[in-house]
Amino acid sequence: MLHDRDRIFRNLYGFHDAGLKAAISRGAWDGTKAFIDKGHDWIIDEVKKSGLRGRGGAGFPTGLKWSFMPKADPRPSYLVINADESEPGSCKDREILRHDPHLLIEGALLASFAMRAHTSYIYVRGEYIREREALQRAIDEAYAARLIGKGNVHGWDFDLYVHHGAGAYICGEETAMLESLEGKKGQPRLKPPFPANVGLYGAPTTVNNVESIAVAGDILRRGATWFADLGLPNNTGTKLFQISGHVERPCVVEEEMGIPMRELIEKHCGGVTGGWDNLLAVIPGGSSVRCITAEQATDVTMDFDALGKLGSGLGTAAVIVMDKSTDIIAAIRRIAYFYKHESCGQCTPCREGTGWMWRVLERMERGEAEKREIDLLFEVTKQVEGHTICALGDAAAWPVQGLIKNFRPVIEARIDQYQKSHAREAAE
Amino acid sequence: MAVRRLHPEQPPHFSFSAENAAWADAQIAKYPPGKQASAIIPMLWRAQEQNGGWLTEPAIRAVCDKLGMAYIRGLEIATFYTMFQLSPVGRKAHVQVCGTTPCMLNGARALVDVCKRRIAEHQHELSPDGSLSWEEVECLGNCANAPMVQIDKDTFEDLTPALLEAVIDGFVLGNPPKPGSQIGRTASCPAGGPTTLKDPSLYDGSTIGSWKKRFDDMAAEAAAAAVEKTPPSALASPAHKAAVEAGVSPSSPGGAGSGGPGAVAPINPAALAAMANAGLVKELQARGDGKPLPPGELDRLKIDAAKSHPGFGVSSSAPAMPDLLKEPRNGEPDELGLIWGVGDKLADKLNAMGIWHFDQIARWTPAHIAWFEAEMDGFKGRVVRDKWVEQCEKLATGWRPDSDVGERPKE
Repeated sequence: MLHDRDRIFRNLYGFHDAGLKAAISRGAWDGTKAFIDKGHDWIIDEVKKSGLRGRGGAGFPTGLKWSFMPKADPRPSYLVINADESEPGSCKDREILRHDPHLLIEGALLASFAMRAHTSYIYVRGEYIREREALQRAIDEAYAARLIGKGNVHGWDFDLYVHHGAGAYICGEETAMLESLEGKKGQPRLKPPFPANVGLYGAPTTVNNVESIAVAGDILRRGATWFADLGLPNNTGTKLFQISGHVERPCVVEEEMGIPMRELIEKHCGGVTGGWDNLLAVIPGGSSVRCITAEQATDVTMDFDALGKLGSGLGTAAVIVMDKSTDIIAAIRRIAYFYKHESCGQCTPCREGTGWMWRVLERMERGEAEKREIDLLFEVTKQVEGHTICALGDAAAWPVQGLIKNFRPVIEARIDQYQKSHAREAAE
Repeated sequence: MAVRRLHPEQPPHFSFSAENAAWADAQIAKYPPGKQASAIIPMLWRAQEQNGGWLTEPAIRAVCDKLGMAYIRGLEIATFYTMFQLSPVGRKAHVQVCGTTPCMLNGARALVDVCKRRIAEHQHELSPDGSLSWEEVECLGNCANAPMVQIDKDTFEDLTPALLEAVIDGFVLGNPPKPGSQIGRTASCPAGGPTTLKDPSLYDGSTIGSWKKRFDDMAAEAAAAAVEKTPPSALASPAHKAAVEAGVSPSSPGGAGSGGPGAVAPINPAALAAMANAGLVKELQARGDGKPLPPGELDRLKIDAAKSHPGFGVSSSAPAMPDLLKEPRNGEPDELGLIWGVGDKLADKLNAMGIWHFDQIARWTPAHIAWFEAEMDGFKGRVVRDKWVEQCEKLATGWRPDSDVGERPKE
């Protein structure tokens, strides 16, 4: 069980003031100068030792990512912080931006120093207007207190700017974000070259999620060992979980990595609507991952490896719970529409495939389809998956694959029912 | 992909208000010189706000003119990003209903029905009096407070059809309700009160400064460990090792009692293994005569060993940064391309790292080479294989090869 004292985001719900003075009283900006005095490599090493894996979905080790940045390069280095939280189900970065922004600003300074960057941009999704305003207020406070800026008290010149998008999910993909930040359409770039070599304005760049950066200060304050001792091996630390859908009390909550899913839902959310036996399926990591069945959900733990083994994923730890009243075909059809809407249009398999999958699911939801089309649909998802520049193609394919894998009988029953009722109509 | 087009009827003209023009200059200043295009999204957004919630073609042109961009680039941005409204929106409210799965599971379809009934049959269509409009948008990131709508800058969360009607009524009457949860929740806290963050000691400042103790403990531990451990030395005989540990070794530099850390240059264990593999330990032992070597001597031996055995001893050294120069001495760099195996691109990279002269490379030790190879990914072994150090020793004397790509070193 995670104790309150081991929680990093102490103002998660905004019960307390988000301002600088209050943030300092909760522990932010405590010892920052001492950590910087330890040097670039010490910080990277501590973050590596903590076992922190990126909180944006892919779970790439954060310390390792930082160490890819060149150490002697005439070009400026940049840190870009991904606050383009758009994955359906995810709503954690919003709470950090509006309630604990100083943890993010402190983390941005520490991470930038570790990577020898003097400039950082925070890319906030366009819809988070109030969150952007709250963040800007906090940044202004930090500048006024000379915590950041030129000639600040930490001895590392550092400028932090807020940038925003305008409603494109794809800009959460790191290279699309860089394109967007450069004033272009958010269409992902081919990799390599990776952003650590050629990123923002052609300079070395690292893109990190808000949560990954915001926990950096506390990892250094309390020690890599403290963080590494929480959670499970290879899945260390604490994590913001976001539970939505059919639970009694949906919420965002900070818990230990590797907490059993059932415990997470029952302890913090008052359980599944109508009890655990009423559970149909769970999408455990935001809309991009394959759903899992109630049976699988009963004893799975919430971490990258356990969910990966089930063919799903932790993603952003956005748990979408669906009880037995759910039309699972409609739920996945709506996700398919989302990807159709958000495809950037650059790669043909994704641009055409997302629309195709959505149209077939529209018919399947009504039962107006042939059973052989289920296999055809599966086949098409496989043609999209892995055949695009970025992972949006994969993200669009996986939910559909999860539906077919776990709920094929539901689709078949829907088709049977449709054919039966229409056969009668035709006979009459 | 959303297909979006400009509205058929466009006003003739747009210009930023004085206040917004000044604001735009501050935005452009956020980005490096020449990268002002970065400011296009914030500026189009401000233009949309100034223009009553929708983006007109003259506004797009005005922004492009300000940023020195081709109009088509601005049009691309305006049609790609769906928050840019390309047709007029309701004067009093444009209701954005989130329709994606988490909201849909909690009743977003019923909210869409309310909008169809109260506002207009279709999205992006104005209500009869022009005061309201609506659209279904993709996930707005308030999933723990689903279902929800966003109107202008604020979100209205935890809605039911009746609550949405009340919100719309509020906007129509010019008295909008308080943003956030409409059932009295605080942000995304579980309804009925938090299950976490109840420990008052989190908020009384009692945790501040606790890192200092950890740092002090760590420093003390490191100091203790350093005293206990004698640096590993394969060169020392067991008897000598015992003497060093006992602190009575007469041959320890500095005399008896100071045979602690730092007296003998430590050998990297990995280097030892590599030496053993290369059959070098015997050679080193012979040269060291079984006694600890004075500081610096061991490094010299290792360099010699590395020079006479290409491919060995490179990765086994802990990397150390060689001397780098910000700029060439007297502004005249050596022509590094004359090193066989170094082309123009590589020479540029070397310069960028601070390496300008042959004699810099001639002085490299295996540790420096290890540092260099770590900097240049995918470069392992080339410096030794192509004998850069030897080549540079020769080049530094003023000797020049016949060919301008250098002279291939002899095997």
